[in-house]
This record gives sequence, structure tokens and C-alpha cells, in this order.
Amino acid sequence: MLVFILRRLLQAIVVMLTVAFIAFMLFQYVGDPVTSILGQDATQEQRDELRRDLGLDRSFAVQFTRFVGNAVQGEFGLSLRQGRQVSTLIAERFPATLELAMGAAVVALGFGIPLGVYAALRRGRFGSQLVMTLSLLGVSLPTFLIGILLILVFSVTLGWLPSFGRGDTIQLGAWSTGLLTADGWAHIVLPAITLSVFQLALIMRLVRAEMLEVLRTDYVKFARARGLSNRAVYFGHALKNTLVPVITITGLQLGSLIAFAIITETVFQWPGMGFLFIQAVQFADIPVMAAYLCLIALIFVIVNLVVDLLYFLVDPRLRIEKSAAGH
Amino acid sequence: MSNTSPTAAPGRLARWLDSDVWHSFITSPMAMLAAVIAVLCVVVSVFAPWVSPHNPFDLATLNLSDARLPPAWMEGGDRRFLLGTDDQGRDLLSALFYGARLSLAVGLASVLLSVVVGVGLGLLSGFIGGKVDAFIMRVCDVMLSFPSILVALLINGVGRAMFPNAQDSLALGVLVLAIALTGWVQYARTVRGSTLVERNKEYVQAARVIGVAPLRIMFRHVLPNVLGPVLVLATIQVAAAILTEATLSFLGVGVPPTSPSLGTLIRVGNDFLFSGEWWITIFPGVMLVLIALSVNLLGDWLRDALNPRLR
Repeated sequence: MLVFILRRLLQAIVVMLTVAFIAFMLFQYVGDPVTSILGQDATQEQRDELRRDLGLDRSFAVQFTRFVGNAVQGEFGLSLRQGRQVSTLIAERFPATLELAMGAAVVALGFGIPLGVYAALRRGRFGSQLVMTLSLLGVSLPTFLIGILLILVFSVTLGWLPSFGRGDTIQLGAWSTGLLTADGWAHIVLPAITLSVFQLALIMRLVRAEMLEVLRTDYVKFARARGLSNRAVYFGHALKNTLVPVITITGLQLGSLIAFAIITETVFQWPGMGFLFIQAVQFADIPVMAAYLCLIALIFVIVNLVVDLLYFLVDPRLRIEKSAAGH
Repeated sequence: MSNTSPTAAPGRLARWLDSDVWHSFITSPMAMLAAVIAVLCVVVSVFAPWVSPHNPFDLATLNLSDARLPPAWMEGGDRRFLLGTDDQGRDLLSALFYGARLSLAVGLASVLLSVVVGVGLGLLSGFIGGKVDAFIMRVCDVMLSFPSILVALLINGVGRAMFPNAQDSLALGVLVLAIALTGWVQYARTVRGSTLVERNKEYVQAARVIGVAPLRIMFRHVLPNVLGPVLVLATIQVAAAILTEATLSFLGVGVPPTSPSLGTLIRVGNDFLFSGEWWITIFPGVMLVLIALSVNLLGDWLRDALNPRLR
């Protein structure tokens, strides 16, 4: 088990270093930082002096080490467009994105698992076929179109829910939350649903497939033979064993949720990191892009690690096999 | 594939009509429907200049007083504009045809590029093995651990930073490149897998023994045998590439607004959603979904039809 975790950690560090390297290359070769600081009119002496001050005349290895050192402390310099610290900008936007992603994950799990179980148990009936067809549509529709349709129906036509922004937020220390006000809740409904549709369809189809698989196994038949109620068989025995792949996918998709939030945030003008990133791409704001890239990579790596560790908690068979293999 | 007797020596068409693939096609109503829709979309895109009732880019025929007219069947609609007009008085139906043309072109170009890159690297990786293989596969792993939309956005952003004053054609090239560079990984992995299998087969060994050059073995002997799965993958990837293009254009970092693709049309229409002009957004959206869904269904069918295990 320890060997396994160590190996995973090593892999994670390699991925992070690769991403840091890409981000560093962005800084180094895309746009000249000296020109962007001094402007076009500076003399050659001024340029050389700034180059020395910034350490740009040092060797590649020294510069990369320094970049990684700064990045670890969350230091990515100034945004070219807004002239503010990139770390501050991201810290301001992070809560909004995280709340949106969490909201979407809750919706996806809360509806995806029950619908998947339903589609598996009522296989071939009209209701389950309807659910399956809808899920196919959910996978095929692009996210931004779903958002637009929801806005058209619930904001423009019915006028029930707001269509942009976070609404009233409350500041809890450094964390601004919209989840403590009724207005904030009203604002998060449509974006969270939009972001969740793809994951919901995915989770639903996965749960259905796994349930169908598990329901055919001997221990389910045996549980029935023991005279257990349907409820106990389905939810006590079958559902529990479908959850390992569901946890994996949900976990791995959490990173995607944060990345796909870019689209949802643009549709709903949600003031999160994705919106910041899109503006950075539009204006070629390299420091913000590099910082976002590193942060997203970090989230992905951490999520993958946690999912691996969760395996051990959920599936006792793995625990035994892996620890036996480890010794 | 063919069931005809060897003495008949049938022509190409006859052999094709008798093949399993054709048979599975005409017995699958879903595949036929998808094919009809896909072919229709391709026809209106390719022949957009001839089938469009108006030329949406001819500024002389545009009239701002025609702007934002509803579809012809609604109150206030104009019979000249079947699906209504957009904010600049362009006929929406014509804009749809031209937009689909651009979307399809970008999708096909990027898939073609990623097939070339992916198949090439996959062949190298599988055929040479060793450090080359390890390096290419690690690159694939890193690329796969990020969502493709993020990678495309990043490459696009870098392209913008490197050519800040780019012309439209260059912006389009960067866009194709960005989408292509996110797609090649899947081809590389698929081709590598099949190459590893083919490499040890007797015909390859035979070719080696006669002294055929490795490059020639790779391209003339191994390549044709690993292309089957690539075809299926490429079909599905066309739909994915079109959706990626639409998403990037919607986010405002894709096709420039002077020649709108479907995604750009949706982006423009989004601004008029609140004033009740839903058609500027919804019709391009429907067109986009129709294309993506029909290509996806065709890809699914093709995968089953070409899979020998399912026969």
C-alpha cells in the first residue's frame, strides 16, 4: 500500500513538473516580458538592466528553478491586462468556481444515481427508455447550448430564475459565498444544472450498466434465495457494489467540472476562474493563463490521488490484494 | 467480405452492394436516417453559394431595416426570409448554410491533421518501441489527463499571443491546429496498439527478411492493416471537432465574426435572447446538434458494422 501511494505521488510530481515546464515556456517564449514592462521606446541599456534585474540573463536551469520556486508559493507575477497580482485575482475568483462545481456535482450525483438505478430495474419499460434517450441527448448537446436553452425557458419566458452573476454574496474571511443568501441560491440553480447535465448523463448510464452487471451475479441470486426483500437486495447488496466505478468517474470528472466551468461561467457571466481564463486567452494575458494552467493541473493531480486512496476505503478486496502485493 | 462466387467476377458496385457493411446499413433505420441528415448537411454546406436564397456576405444587399425579423410564419415575419434575419439584416437560413460550411471545413481539416499526426506518431511508437515509444506515450498520458477543451483553449491562447495582429486566415489556421493537437492522442494510442500486434506477424517478418526498408514496411505493409479503427474514430472525432469549434467560437476565441460559423452565430444571437429574438440563437443551435448527432450515430453504426466480433 505504501509503495503504491509513493509511486502515485512520484507520478503526480512528474505531471506537475511537466505542466510547470509548459507554463514556464509560455512565459519565456511567448511575448517578451521586458517589452511588456518597459514598452517599445526603452533604450538598449534600460532593457539590459531590467533583464539583469529580472534574472533573465541567467541560465535556463536557474530560471526554471526560480519559476517553480515562485509557483509553489503561488507567485505568478502581475496580470498583463489588469496590472494586479495574479494570485490575488485567482483567489478572488476561486470560491465562485468551486461552489459552482460542487453544486453541479451534487445535482449530477443526486439525480444520476437514482435515475441509473431506475433505468436498470425497469429495463425495457417506457420510462427507462425515455430516460436513456434523454441521456443520449444530454451527452450530445454542447454545454453552452444547454445553458442558453435554460436561460430562454426559465429566465426569459417564465421569468422564474436570474440568468447572470452570483447574486448577493457574503464574505467569510477570504471566502465569498453565495450559499448563505436566498438570492445566491436562486442564482446558482441554472448554472449548476447546466454544468451537471453532461456528468449526470454519464453517471446515469454508468450506474445503469453496472447495476445490470451486478444483478446477474450469484450473490444477488443468493440474497434473493435467502428471502431478502427487493429493497435490501437492490440497495443493500447491488447498489453498494456499483459504487466503485461511480466514485472513480465522479472523482475524475470533478476536475473536468472545474475546467468545463469555463463555458458555463461564460454563458451565465459567473465571476469565476473560468471567466477570468477566457478573458486571459482573448487578451493573450500569459501570467493569468500560466497560473490557471498550474492550478487546474494541481486540482487534477490531487483529485486523482484522492480517488486512488478512496478505492482502498470502499473496496476491501483491493486493500488485501494490494497490501499483499506490497510486502 | 463478399459472398459472390469467384467465377462471377462482379464489378466494384456489385461487390459493395453485396457486402456486409452495406447490408447492415440498409437494415438499420437509425443509420439510414442519420446518413440522410448528414448528407443533407454536407450538401447544403458544400453548395451554400448556390442553394442559399441570399448572399449573407454581400454588403450591398443587406438592409438594416430588415434586421432581427422573425421567421416567416410568425407575426411580422417576411416571406423573403424563411427563418428570419440576424442583427445585421442577414438572412438566417443563408447564414446557417454558410456557417455549417465553415464549421464542417474546420472540423474536417482538424480531424485530417490530427489523423496524420496521430497515425504517424502511433506507427513510430509501435514500430520502433524503446525510448521513442516511452516518450510519445508519456506525452499522450499528460495530454489525456486534461479535458480537450482546455488544451484547445490554451493552444489557441498561445497562438494569439504569438501573432497578436493575425489576419483572419491565420486565426483560422491556429484554430484548426488547436483542435487537431487535442485529437491526435487517441489515434496515436489506437494505432500503436494495433502496430504492436502487426509488427510480429509473418508478413512483416517476411518483408524484413527480403530486405525491405523499415520505413517502407511501416507505410506500405503495416499502415493499411491498422487503419480500420482509425476510420471509426475519425468519424466520431469529426462530430467532436465541430462541437469544439462551436464552443471555442461561442467563447469568442474561435472563428472571427466577419465570417460566422455556427458557434459564432449562437454567440451573436445570445445577446438578443432577452429581447425575445430567440431564432438567431436557436436555429444555428438546432443545425449544430443535427450535424453532431447524425455524425455520432453514423460513427456508432460504423463501429458495430466493422467490428467482426459483433457479426
